[in-house]
Amino acid sequence: MAERNPKEKLVKMGNDIIKEVDAKENPKIEIPIRSLSNIIYNDKSKSLSIGDKTSKRFFFNVAHAKKFMQTTMVAAFCKELIEGKIHTNLRDMFYNLKRTLKDSEENTFDEQSESDPIVVDIEVALDMLREQLHLGADVRGRVVGNVSIVDRGDVVNWGKLGSGGWAIPSIVEEITFKSVDAKFILVIEKNAAFERLHEDKFWQKHNCIIITTQGQAARGCRRLIQRLSAEFKLPVYVFCDSDPYGWYIYSVIKFGSMSLAHQSDRLGTPNARYIGLTVSDIEEFGLDKFTIRAKDVDIKRAKDMMKYEWFQAPEWQKELKLLVDKKKKAELEALSGRGLRFMTEEYLPKKIKNKDFLP
Amino acid sequence: MAAKDGLGAPISDNMTAEDIALNMKEISVAEFFEKNRHLLGYENSSKAMLTIVKEGVDNSLDACEDAGILPELKVTVKQLGIDRFRIIMEDNGPGVVEAKMALAFGKMLFGSKFHRLKQSRGKQGLGIRGAILYAQLTTGKPAKIRTSTGDAKVHEFELLIDTVRNEPKISAHTTAPNKERWHGVSIELEIEGVYVERAQSIHEYLKRTAIANPYAHIIYNGPNGVLKYERTTNTMPKHPKEIKPHPYGIELGILIRMMATTRSQNVRSFLMGEFSRVGGSSADQILALAKLEAGRKPASIANDEAERLHKSMQMVKLIAPPTDCISPMTETLIENGLKKELEADFYVAITRPPSVYRGNPFQVEVGLAYGGKLNPQGAAELYRFANKVPLLYHQSSCAITKAVEEVDWKRYGLQQSSGGMPVGPLVVLVHFASVWVPFTSEGKEAIAEYPEIIKDIKLAIQDAGRNLASFVRSQRKSREGQMRRQLFERYIPVVAESLEKLTGKDHAPIEMKLEAMVKAGKLIIVEPAEETKTETKKAEPAEDEGADE
Repeated sequence: MAERNPKEKLVKMGNDIIKEVDAKENPKIEIPIRSLSNIIYNDKSKSLSIGDKTSKRFFFNVAHAKKFMQTTMVAAFCKELIEGKIHTNLRDMFYNLKRTLKDSEENTFDEQSESDPIVVDIEVALDMLREQLHLGADVRGRVVGNVSIVDRGDVVNWGKLGSGGWAIPSIVEEITFKSVDAKFILVIEKNAAFERLHEDKFWQKHNCIIITTQGQAARGCRRLIQRLSAEFKLPVYVFCDSDPYGWYIYSVIKFGSMSLAHQSDRLGTPNARYIGLTVSDIEEFGLDKFTIRAKDVDIKRAKDMMKYEWFQAPEWQKELKLLVDKKKKAELEALSGRGLRFMTEEYLPKKIKNKDFLP
Repeated sequence: MAAKDGLGAPISDNMTAEDIALNMKEISVAEFFEKNRHLLGYENSSKAMLTIVKEGVDNSLDACEDAGILPELKVTVKQLGIDRFRIIMEDNGPGVVEAKMALAFGKMLFGSKFHRLKQSRGKQGLGIRGAILYAQLTTGKPAKIRTSTGDAKVHEFELLIDTVRNEPKISAHTTAPNKERWHGVSIELEIEGVYVERAQSIHEYLKRTAIANPYAHIIYNGPNGVLKYERTTNTMPKHPKEIKPHPYGIELGILIRMMATTRSQNVRSFLMGEFSRVGGSSADQILALAKLEAGRKPASIANDEAERLHKSMQMVKLIAPPTDCISPMTETLIENGLKKELEADFYVAITRPPSVYRGNPFQVEVGLAYGGKLNPQGAAELYRFANKVPLLYHQSSCAITKAVEEVDWKRYGLQQSSGGMPVGPLVVLVHFASVWVPFTSEGKEAIAEYPEIIKDIKLAIQDAGRNLASFVRSQRKSREGQMRRQLFERYIPVVAESLEKLTGKDHAPIEMKLEAMVKAGKLIIVEPAEETKTETKKAEPAEDEGADE
């Protein structure tokens, strides 16, 4: 992906701005738009990519000036990180760049929520990952399975790390796989369900790798799923709550996300399948007593998702419509209503045996 | 102080107090005064002090203007005890001739020439005589008066009013040589009162008087120090002319009194002689309508006949009264007065052409002062004037207030809650000048809401408002421009420093070039376009929280 190295790209960005200043033009930074209107879904590759619409951030625009300044600050900060061979995280960056502007009461940044999106802007504008900018992404997600890897020289066996499993780091590029013994990968939205499966030795009985994303999948987690799936030809089954939020977690794992659409080819796993839960499951597995009433935001979100190109499969349209009609949500924990081991011993085996998946 | 004509009650507008007094001749003036305190401006001790100063100052200004003298006034208020004060009021007016001194200051004369109309400062009923009487009734002390017409002698005397016989009593009359040829009047009174310096105070009254009369020099020596109101112009307004009443504006009671005192031999000549715009044929029409013989003696007209006559006078078509009898402050003097007492950024004054309500000529003037050191918070201040006299009480029931509130000030760049006063650093001055100011009540502090009057005030405000609007807009624009420049100037050093870190190129030239671009200002984009984006991130779910952190 990178014809030039990240540092060069940052320097060029600065030089481009200086050129405009020298030419007495309004200095600008061009950033591809990361919203639905500029997201292209490729049905063949099953992935999202970013279109060529861009927005221009001008310095001499009252509404853009501050963001422009912030963008140059973050870019300069990252360049210095790369030069100094230092890695850090978004919170440290925020504290490092936050200060009060001279002769005023205005801060360069007031909240971390201002500096975080600027990093994404630069990633997209320069077509890079934040890891390349020496900024760590969130560390979230754990994995258990019959897999041995080498990480910074240490050999780690995912099956021999006790109840916690291996914590997935934000960067998984550098790890190498020594041995992988699994027939499929089960990705679980929630930690509680993951722990249940781990305690019940599900991964041993079914010879699989189980991964919990602990909510929305972090980049390291997504990249790891993709690498395992691609490098070892393993099917991926995703197991989430039956609600729009859970389904969207699945879609991000499979197709990629809108804000990182430029990186879908590195982060998406197009062959992932959805194992559950679904609204249909509620009836089929007698979970009705354990459902939650869908809120207005859930209904609205489901209706929005019905319009997304990557949710056009009839199976998904049916589930989304069922949710809108029945106004019922079900969490993974609903399965515990049928017995603590219902999920391990009945629900998942039955689904896998019947290949009862959504595309 | 100098009584204008040295004779009798002031000939002016509302005679309510004297109307009542006319019917009370049998009782003592003291009793009359007690019963009518509220009509006379003496209903409480703090207002009484203000009324006394008002009577003195109004009287002096009228006298000086009549004599064409630039007014020099000095008001002294000295606290003698908890509720006891000495007030000394001195002017440089024409003074009073010896023969008329007692009448000018002492005797309450009722039933003067009501039918001559002339714009003058309104009196609180009894004028300076009321002030003397109030002092006498509260402290028992006589008024000490000094006066000279500028001849060789200065007269000094004490004056008490015999409240039973309604006669002035002069004592201790002395004369002194007048080497400096001083002319004017000085009155010293000892009274019971309460001194305040709040909104409705001597301070506020003198400040507003100074605004309306920038050709006057006023020194106020109060209990808390000396205040000077400087003269900023030597131009005095034109002299108001006396006119006869117009039939449309006459009230029945006055008509009856006019007929009782007129020298005209018959009703026809009475109508033609005592009213403006009534010629022979108009008089004949009126009399025909009223079914009255032209030869009747005015004094013989019975009350029911007078009522018919009064009605007929309203029905006949007549030319509007002459309007050259009004003496406006003029736009120059209003601006001058506002500039003198208020530190603002913008001043404008509008004098409307004269107009007529109910047969009475009147003229409206408006002045606006905006910005500067005026209080930017809260409602605008309203300065009401009737015949150049500040009105300090009953603001909410006044036609001026109503007109100001009916104007849509938002059109002129100010804030305003519906039906209220505008909000902002603004002073609104409204002057209503007329030969007959239609006060709503005896207190003479609020003008009646005649539609013609409200309409004219609004037109004047709108005219002034349009001038204000362009100023407010240009001021706002330049303030915004300045804030914008400051915004870029704050960011430039950070941008230049970041670019240096990014590229290794020196920040100084980048900073200079960017600053030059700000100064040129050409490139600056103001529309808050969100980075030319058409869509915001609304379609993006909470997904990013995890995925991108």
